[in-house]
Amino acid sequence: MMTVTANSVFIDNQPVELNGEVNLLTLVRKVGVELPTFCYHSELSIYGACRMCVVEIEGRGIVAACSTPPTPGMRILTNSPRVQRVRRTVLELLLANHERECTTCEKNGNCKLQDLANRFGVRKIRFGERDMKLPIDDSSASIVRDPNKCILCGDCVRMCSEVQGIGILNFANRGSKVQVTPAFNKKMAEVECVNCGQCSAVCPTGALVVKSQVNQAWKALADPSKVVVAQVAPAVRVALGEEFGMEAGQIVTGKVVGALKRLGFDKVFDTCIAADLTIMEETTELIERLEKGIEGPLFTSCCPAWVKYAEHNGSNLLKNLSTCRSPQQMFGSLVKRYWAKELGKEPKDIYVISIMPCTAKKFEAARPEFTVDGVPDVDLVLTTQELSQMIRESGLDFAAVDPDSFDMPFGFTTGAGVIFGASGGVAEAALRAAYEMVTGEVLEQVNFESIRGFAGLKEATVNLNGKEVKVAVVHGLGNAKELLNKLNSGEAKYDFVEVMACPGGCISGAGQPQAVDMNTKKARARGIYHADKLSQLRKSQDNPVVAKFYEKWLQRPNSHEAHETLHTSYSTRARITGEDIELLNSDREHKVDLAVCLGTCCYTKGSYDTLQEFIRQAERNGIKEQLNLHATFCLEGCENSPSVRVNDQIYGGITAERVGTFIQEKVLPELERNKE
Amino acid sequence: MAEAKKVREDALAVPRRRFEKVNEIIARHGKSASALIPILQEVQEEYRYLPEEILTYVAMVMDLPPSTVYGVATFYVQFSLEPKGKYVIKICDGTACHVRGSDPVKEAIRKRVGLKNEKHTTDDLRFTVETVSCLGACGLAPVVMINDQIYGQMTPDAINVILDKILEEEGDVK
Repeated sequence: MMTVTANSVFIDNQPVELNGEVNLLTLVRKVGVELPTFCYHSELSIYGACRMCVVEIEGRGIVAACSTPPTPGMRILTNSPRVQRVRRTVLELLLANHERECTTCEKNGNCKLQDLANRFGVRKIRFGERDMKLPIDDSSASIVRDPNKCILCGDCVRMCSEVQGIGILNFANRGSKVQVTPAFNKKMAEVECVNCGQCSAVCPTGALVVKSQVNQAWKALADPSKVVVAQVAPAVRVALGEEFGMEAGQIVTGKVVGALKRLGFDKVFDTCIAADLTIMEETTELIERLEKGIEGPLFTSCCPAWVKYAEHNGSNLLKNLSTCRSPQQMFGSLVKRYWAKELGKEPKDIYVISIMPCTAKKFEAARPEFTVDGVPDVDLVLTTQELSQMIRESGLDFAAVDPDSFDMPFGFTTGAGVIFGASGGVAEAALRAAYEMVTGEVLEQVNFESIRGFAGLKEATVNLNGKEVKVAVVHGLGNAKELLNKLNSGEAKYDFVEVMACPGGCISGAGQPQAVDMNTKKARARGIYHADKLSQLRKSQDNPVVAKFYEKWLQRPNSHEAHETLHTSYSTRARITGEDIELLNSDREHKVDLAVCLGTCCYTKGSYDTLQEFIRQAERNGIKEQLNLHATFCLEGCENSPSVRVNDQIYGGITAERVGTFIQEKVLPELERNKE
Repeated sequence: MAEAKKVREDALAVPRRRFEKVNEIIARHGKSASALIPILQEVQEEYRYLPEEILTYVAMVMDLPPSTVYGVATFYVQFSLEPKGKYVIKICDGTACHVRGSDPVKEAIRKRVGLKNEKHTTDDLRFTVETVSCLGACGLAPVVMINDQIYGQMTPDAINVILDKILEEEGDVK
C-alpha cells in the first residue's frame, strides 16, 4: 500500500505519489486506468477538444484530464456516476454528428470512435442525425477525405502543422459549420499536400483514410496475360505481423513472401536490392560532389513525400537533391527495362505491385516521368495495411503460412538495404559505402549508432581520407524545415543530409498498421537493425547481384546507362492552385489566351510591370478585344520568371521591356493562326 | 448581364496600386502571426472583401499556411470571402429587432433586390444583404443599416421606399 505524503494525490481513493507528471491524463494512465481520448497524442500539443478524458475532481467538478495539471492533495475520480454520464453524453454528441455507415467504412474494425462507442456500451443515440452530406474528396493519389466522418478532434491539423511543418489542413468556419479542410475548401490534390498520410495515421475515424487499391491488385492477379511481380519494402517486414496478432518489430519476411505467393504473385522480389543500388548511385554522386567541392549538402531522394516537399519549396533546394530515383522506382525501371526482355516479355506484360509502408509511394508511382511509352514502371502500390486486407480476404492464416524466400535476381540483399526502413538508415548505408569507396580500406565497424534512433536531428562526422564529412539525419518534415532554415542562414553546414518525412522513417509510414504509441515504432526500428545484424553482408557494395546488374545492364555507377535507368529530374511546383484573376475577357471567336504569372517568384521579379505592359501594348496593337488576359498564381516556371503562358505554351523571362517584341513574335502569330 | 460583368471587372481590376497596398499594409503591421487579423481587416477595407488570391499572397508573405489564413478569415463574421455589393444592407436580428418584426423586413429587402436561396449578394454586385446580431440601436427596432446609414422602425413598406430611392439613383427605375 502506498503511503500518503505531502506530494500525493488520490486517484479513485488510492494515494499516488506525484513524479513530475504534467497532466492528469498521464498520471491516471500510469496507475493502470486507460482514460479514453481522441485528441491526445504524446507527440502533439495538448488541445483538449474531444472531452473524452473527463475526470471528476473533488471540489472542482468535471475537468479534461489532458489539460489539467495535478496538484498535491487532489482527489480524482475516474469512473464516478457523473464522469460516466458526461463521458457517454460526449460520445453520443460526437456520434450524432458522425456518419454511421460503419459496415462499409474503410476504418471498420479499426476505428477509435467505434471502439469507444463499443467500450462504453452506447446502444442508442438520443440526438438526431446530421442531414447535410458534404462531398468526399478523393482527388489525392494517397488519401481519401470524408468530412462527414470527422469529429473535429484536430489531430490531423496538429500533425500536419506541428510535426510536418506544412499545415495544409485547418479548421474553417465556425459553430455548427466548422470543418477541417484545406485552404479555400480546395481538394487535397490542389494544395501542397506531400501525401505522407500522417494525418490519416492519427485520424481516429474514417475521415482521413489511405486510398485503397486492393481491387486493382485482385484484378491484375486474375489476369492470365500478366506476369505479376511484387516488391516488398524493408519496413513492411517488421510491421505486417502486428495485423495478425504478432509482436511489433517481429521479422516476418519469409511469411510475407509465402503469403504473396499464395495470393497468386508470380514472383516476389525485395525492394532492398534496389536500395543497395540506390546506395551505389547516391554515394558515387556524393563523392563526386565532394571531389568537385560543390556547395551545399546533397539531400537524399528516397522519400517521395520529401521530394514533393522540396519541389514545392523552391529551386534552390532542388539542385542539391540527389537525382537518384527512390528504390521503388529503380526497381520498377530495372524490371521493365531489362528483366522483361530477359523473360522475352514486353514491359506492358509485367505488372509490378509494390508493398510499401508509405502512402506517398502511390503518388510517386503515378508521376508521369516514371511512365515509359504509356507503361508505368510501377503499376500499383499497396500499403502494408492493404496487403493485410488482402490476406484476410483470402482467408489465409498468416501465422501458419510457410515462410518462403525472395525470388532471384531481385532477391538478394545486404543489411545496408534493409536499414533504409528506419530513419538514419540511408545515411548509414551510404557512409558504409563512402568510407570504402574513398579510402579503399575495409570498414570493420559498420554501425553508425549516432544517426540511429528517434532524436529530431542526428549527426555524424566521418573522416574520408583526411576530409571531415558532416552528415545530418532528420525525420518529420518539421525537423527538415528547421534544418533548411539553419542551412540557409549559414548556422549549420553539412555535406550529406538524409530526410524522411515520417517521424522515425518508413517504419512509421502511414501505410503501416496504425501505431498507437512510440513503443510500437521503437520495436519496429529494433526489428530493422536486428535484420541488418543477421545479414551475411552488411554493405551495399558487397552485394554480388548488384555487381552483376552493373556488369550486365548498367556498366558502372552514374554511367550514362545508369542515369537513364536510375536517375530523374525535378521541377518546382506551385504551393497552391489558385483561380486566375481575369483582367480582359474576349468574346471574339478568334482570340488568344494569355496568362501572366503573379506567383511569389515572378512577382518579385516584376511580373506586375509585365502585366501592365501587356494591357498597354495590347491597346496599342489594337488586339485588346481579342485577348483573354489573366493574372495567374503559378505557372511553375520559377527558375526563369517572370513567366507568361500563351494558350498552352509557357515562356520564361518576359520582363516588361520584352513585352513589345513578345507580342510581335508570339501573340500576333498565334492570333493569325487562329484565324486560319 | 453586360453591366454585371463590367461591375465585376471594376471590382477585380487588380492592377498594381492595389497589390502594392497589400505590401504596404503588411509592412506596417509586421509579419508576426498575431498581426494577421488587423492585416485582414485592412485588406478587406481596401478590396471590400478578401479575394482568394490575395489571402494566398498574404499567407505566403507572412510564412503562414494558407489554410490558417483561410481558417481565420472564415471564423469571423466581419470577414467576407465573397465580393460584397456596392450597398451592404445589414438587418439587425437581435432580440429587440426580432420581436418587432425584422424577419418580414428582411424578406421584403431580399425580394426587392432579387436575392434567392442562400445567396447574400446580387449577381450584379450591387447589393449585399446580411443579418447581424445587434446594431446597438434597440430603441429604434427593427433597424436596418445601409452602408453607414441607419434606418429605424422599419416595416416592409418603409424599406421599399428607401430601396426604391436607391434604385432610382442607380438609374434602375421599376
